Amino acid sequence: MHEHYGVVLAFGILGFILMYVAFILQKLIGPKNSSELKLDTYECGEPTEGSSWVQFNIRFYVIALIFIVFDVEVVFLFPWAVVFKDMGFVTFIEVFVFLAILVVGLAYVWAKGDLEWVKMKLKYGTGRYAATRLHESESP
Amino acid sequence: MGEVIFWVIWALVAVSAMVVAFSKNLVYSVFSLLATFIGVAGIYIFLNADFLAVTQIVIYVGGILVLLVFGIMLTNRIVVAKITQSSLQRTTGLVVVGAIFLVLVLTLLNQTWPLATSAAEFDSTVNNIGELLFGDYLILFEVASVLLLGALIGAATLARKEL
Repeated sequence: MHEHYGVVLAFGILGFILMYVAFILQKLIGPKNSSELKLDTYECGEPTEGSSWVQFNIRFYVIALIFIVFDVEVVFLFPWAVVFKDMGFVTFIEVFVFLAILVVGLAYVWAKGDLEWVKMKLKYGTGRYAATRLHESESP
Repeated sequence: MGEVIFWVIWALVAVSAMVVAFSKNLVYSVFSLLATFIGVAGIYIFLNADFLAVTQIVIYVGGILVLLVFGIMLTNRIVVAKITQSSLQRTTGLVVVGAIFLVLVLTLLNQTWPLATSAAEFDSTVNNIGELLFGDYLILFEVASVLLLGALIGAATLARKEL
């Protein structure tokens, strides 16, 4: 069977090579007038400060965890999509139950606010920000 | 040709796995793990397990690896100290790894490994997996969703600051 995956391998190798072709071509035909300033790391026009090794926000991790669970869920859907035509409508109900159980999890993280990115409270929120206001009595 | 590709993949897995173990920088280890996972997917294809290979790429390369990268980026040590890995408890590690190695070698020697006599036809395993999953193993399939639900709620609860 693996002979049929030669195409996949060829695609992978070609993509890898083409990336380096782009690098080599620009090295060969691109103009070379380098200066110290050009070798600097670009950071919005400002001189860079400190290390780029910074601590990420913990919320990325929560989102990644949620993503993996639904990633696994999607993998289970592929065999279903293949056999759906042969096995009929009953598999549709089976998958529906499967998804319904997982939607409970989605509802849970949604209700708990794990999907909300902005969690800070504004001091003087009005209009659409009124719900996030820190003190109810204060108004601008 | 197929045999050459197999050994190239084997070398990729072995070398990248060694980089994972011996690299001083954890970030390099994680990115080397990418090559290991992809190589293992290639070996799955040689074992005629195409669904497993795709699953390996979708879940391990696409999901677990991202989680590992975030795990490193999230540590607050990253600001004050360089993320390095060191070898601690070498004796204990050697005993444990040696024991596992022994078990693996014994299993390899005591099993007979039948080889396909005729050239295998192209037959995707996804069909069979689907038929078994929605036929004989339907209950297990539905239980798996409950397991995933538990994993999701547990992970979200642990990762959240306030309960």
